[in-house]
Amino acid sequence: MAEIMPLPEAIARFVGDENSVALEGFTHLIPFAAGHEIMRQGRRDLELIRMTPDLLYDQMIGAGCARRLVFSYAGNPGVGSLHRFRDAVEHAWPHSIELEEHSHAGMANRYVAGASGLPFAVMRGYSGTDLVGFTANVAPIRCPFTGEMLTAVSALRPDVGIVHAQCADRTGNVQLWGITGIQKEVVLASKVAIVTVEEIVLELRPRPDAIVIPSWVISAVAEAPGGARPSYAHGYYDRDNAFYQEWDAISRKRDRFTAWVQDHIFRTEPVG
Amino acid sequence: MSAAETRPRSYSPDEMMTVAAARELRDGMTCFVGVGAPSLAANLARDTHAPGIILIYESGTIGAKPSRLPLSIGDGELAETADAVVSVPEIFNYWVQPGRIDVGFLGAAQIDRCGNINTTVIGDYRRPTVRLPGAGGAPEIAASTREVIVIVKHSRRTFVGELDFITSVGQRHAADGEARPITVITDLGILRADRRTGELTLTETHAGVSPDRVKVATGWDLLVADQLSETEPPTARELAVMKQLKNPAGGAG
Repeated sequence: MAEIMPLPEAIARFVGDENSVALEGFTHLIPFAAGHEIMRQGRRDLELIRMTPDLLYDQMIGAGCARRLVFSYAGNPGVGSLHRFRDAVEHAWPHSIELEEHSHAGMANRYVAGASGLPFAVMRGYSGTDLVGFTANVAPIRCPFTGEMLTAVSALRPDVGIVHAQCADRTGNVQLWGITGIQKEVVLASKVAIVTVEEIVLELRPRPDAIVIPSWVISAVAEAPGGARPSYAHGYYDRDNAFYQEWDAISRKRDRFTAWVQDHIFRTEPVG
Repeated sequence: MSAAETRPRSYSPDEMMTVAAARELRDGMTCFVGVGAPSLAANLARDTHAPGIILIYESGTIGAKPSRLPLSIGDGELAETADAVVSVPEIFNYWVQPGRIDVGFLGAAQIDRCGNINTTVIGDYRRPTVRLPGAGGAPEIAASTREVIVIVKHSRRTFVGELDFITSVGQRHAADGEARPITVITDLGILRADRRTGELTLTETHAGVSPDRVKVATGWDLLVADQLSETEPPTARELAVMKQLKNPAGGAG
């Protein structure tokens, strides 16, 4: 059963240096509060896994948390570059970072394999692209029934998976709705799952469009109101598109970024 | 377009590009929409000549009907207005992979004569001059939709003889030898894959653009169609709808 605990305690207990950590949320429900707490606790040499690194991993990479990044789209959607990601790749600042990249479909299937307890997933894709040459986790495979050549992608099994959701009940059953992305697969693929929620409620209200993740596959649930900002929590608050646009200027130069991280993350109180 | 529609006095090459891209989309189509310029063009089509177009975003929103242009592919309004919202594995495995979607609408940082696309790096992969965002949904969209439309500004930096990295594959010949439909809309004109060879060929230029100018902006010896035509300039309505999509507050008070 999930234990309900403050977010700093969940991070301190379950996220260690050098762990592989997947903080997921496809545009929606990005677990910013949890990522910021990882930064505040000074975790280092993490293998950060995330389909769309987004502003959160830009911040974590710029703050020096990451040794390696596994991803499929490292841009600021609709705005442009992730400047801290680029600076790390192009100029090794604050240090060099190892990359492993995939397509969205490849990453999604890798999580599905992890959640399914399989060593790999099968899909059509990657063939003819240069992506294949830069990862050991993609290989051609022949269908035993038809002979068709397909693509195998190896399972993702992060040490820790972290997602944000709208709510949980007091036993730690989690409910989320809107764009559900890859949330369920990450929880089920990871060895340890932490879920932050907007609120803990007496009882989950049945919703036809919601998914529920049972408490017994989650290690910790932490209440973190506003914990997805500047991403959003459907039904609670909207995506802060203005901030996504401002991030372009904040993150462009190292000194401005460093000052912003000091003021907005290191010198602030943990959420929850 | 009817002659009664008033012609605007001026428009930018970018606006011409977006309008030309929107016109490629037909009513009732299913269209997988990429972030940025493709999203603007697809929504322009839906708000003008193709009200029944089904817009699908990689966030799992199927049949999204946003009233203003979403900044990301996962803005809340896409989910609120969608016919169905599915997970990310489902959108790729059940919807894209089996070939259910008519048209994939993509951007590019580099493109070659076969319609292969690079959105990964400029320069060497291990020591890139420019690190681009990467693949996203594009490889499978490019591989599995019936038809691909690319919207990209025309320059020798972008239209290159050889890609620095193949992120998404363009032309693959079908069993019958017929090339796949790929259309590239730029700020100078329109290139279409030759039906037999698959090579991108200039078929239309925008008003005031000579074929030579397009050839100069292309990093390979660009083929020009025998029957080269000129695109219709944007109508006042197309420009007004585009402005409204980009800036819904402006004009509405």
